[in-house]
Amino acid sequence: MIINRKARKKMATILLVLFFIIVTVVALFPLYYMFMASFKSSKELFRNGMDFRIIPGLMSLDNYKLLFFGRGSIYLSWYKNSLLITALFTAGSLFFSSLVGYALGAYQFRAKNFIFTLVLLVLMVPLEILMLPLYKLIVGMGIINTYAGVILPFMVSPMAIFFFRQYVAGLSKDFMDAGRVDGCTEFGLFFRIMAPLMKPAFGAMAILLAMQNWNSFIWPLIVLRTNEKFTIPIGLASLMSPYGNNYDMLISGAVLAIIPIIILFLLNQRAFISGLTSGGVKG
Amino acid sequence: MKNLFYSKTLAPYIFCTPFLLSFCIFFVYPAITTFVMSFQEVIGLNNARFIGLANYKRLLNEHFYNALQTNTIYTICTVLVLIPIPVLFAVFLNSKRMKGTTFFRSAIFVPALTSVIVAGVAFRLIFGELDTAFMNSLLIQLGLPPQKWMMNYGTGMMLMVTLTAWRYIGINMVYYLAGLQNIPEELYESAEMDGAGAFSTFWHITLPLLKPIIIYTLTIAIFDGYRMFGESFVFWNEGMPGDIGLTIVRYIYQQAFQRNDMGMGSAIGITLLAIVLVINLLQLKWFGLFKKEGD
Repeated sequence: MIINRKARKKMATILLVLFFIIVTVVALFPLYYMFMASFKSSKELFRNGMDFRIIPGLMSLDNYKLLFFGRGSIYLSWYKNSLLITALFTAGSLFFSSLVGYALGAYQFRAKNFIFTLVLLVLMVPLEILMLPLYKLIVGMGIINTYAGVILPFMVSPMAIFFFRQYVAGLSKDFMDAGRVDGCTEFGLFFRIMAPLMKPAFGAMAILLAMQNWNSFIWPLIVLRTNEKFTIPIGLASLMSPYGNNYDMLISGAVLAIIPIIILFLLNQRAFISGLTSGGVKG
Repeated sequence: MKNLFYSKTLAPYIFCTPFLLSFCIFFVYPAITTFVMSFQEVIGLNNARFIGLANYKRLLNEHFYNALQTNTIYTICTVLVLIPIPVLFAVFLNSKRMKGTTFFRSAIFVPALTSVIVAGVAFRLIFGELDTAFMNSLLIQLGLPPQKWMMNYGTGMMLMVTLTAWRYIGINMVYYLAGLQNIPEELYESAEMDGAGAFSTFWHITLPLLKPIIIYTLTIAIFDGYRMFGESFVFWNEGMPGDIGLTIVRYIYQQAFQRNDMGMGSAIGITLLAIVLVINLLQLKWFGLFKKEGD
């Protein structure tokens, strides 16, 4: 009887593992498909369909060559734009959002709850509603079609402020008082004492902000008006047209867009997951 | 000057200044402007005149109803997929009997790393119109007719929902896994001693304790469902047959940026805000009432 029960439990485990192997295959299949397709010309792909076997003779790097050296291809500019915008946005956002979150988490002051309520208010309104006046504002400020236009409106991120505030609220404030006794300025307290303690929070937010920015679509689509200023998602979208998509470049361009994120993820899964699920941190 | 750097009362205000500035310039000002513009006819960038409720009256048209319907169906479908499936995945992957949990968690999470455009490219390949595209070749092998996926309302909706499901199941699963880890082990032990089966343990212990996280993910799913844009843009970036894929935000984009009618765009925006707020309030109230009954 006991052996029977054990065998049944073992059976259940095997079934579960099998089930999740299927789930994994389904989850990774679209990426694998795209990766394999990037080594084929679209003509060949559409005529004969997909061949999932890895046959070196039938695979070519032509699509990637087209991306880098093709006439009129400015994929590298898109890549550069994406990298620069992501780096500038993430750095600025980490700096300002962590300061605000730190103030809300570590200090007692009169406007504290009021300011925190404003942060939550911004979190609750979809940005799509504000994009028309924001567009007019950006035009008025003369930063349409620039990096600044993409970056500035959303740099002080309410989501990151919220996360930093939660994190700082959980830290001990004893070090701050000790620092004050030693004659440290309030700014020094943040940069020398608290910021190092907030390192895991910085890691998680850096990854989340960078990924959101790297992948962001609607706002750059509105701000960036000319081809050479596009980020990768906007540039790729511009390759899709009702008159036939430029699949050769589209597929290889999409593959190269996701590779940096997958590498980052494999290197630091824990920070990725805690960043992406930060909204659920208990208050 | 020296006092400024040592003042404990002043410092938090200085630290909060970037947020307050950004809030006024990039939130309050646009929010008020959207509201005002929704009652205006906007000509060019700086010229406008008030036209009362005319923009809102013009909203009562077939296209807006179609957009509203598409968002509603899409939201319901994504909620139906994005809550039960990740809950089940999380429960299975949290089980001690399961092997290779770390690997499976990471693998299921990977789609969350893609942008909607990159994911869309992959989906357009798989669900291509030609007989050689993966899904159609599969259908043909099964003896079924191939589909023009992007040309019908039903299959078009399925494409958007599948794309969203593919990208978000992993994220929700990780939320639920985090929630499961907070449930004390003793609860399960005593349930086992009472002879509770796996299903009743799930129903009476796991589910109620996951409720706060489920409500959180539900709120996010509704919020994201009604502001959906990229999932539609990636399949129908220029035109679309009929109004397949026309969502509220695409309607804003179309009116404001393609037809240059900022007033109409703003009226749609204010309506969207009202919809999102009402649904979220209703839903919070509904679940709040549930809580009182349970206590």
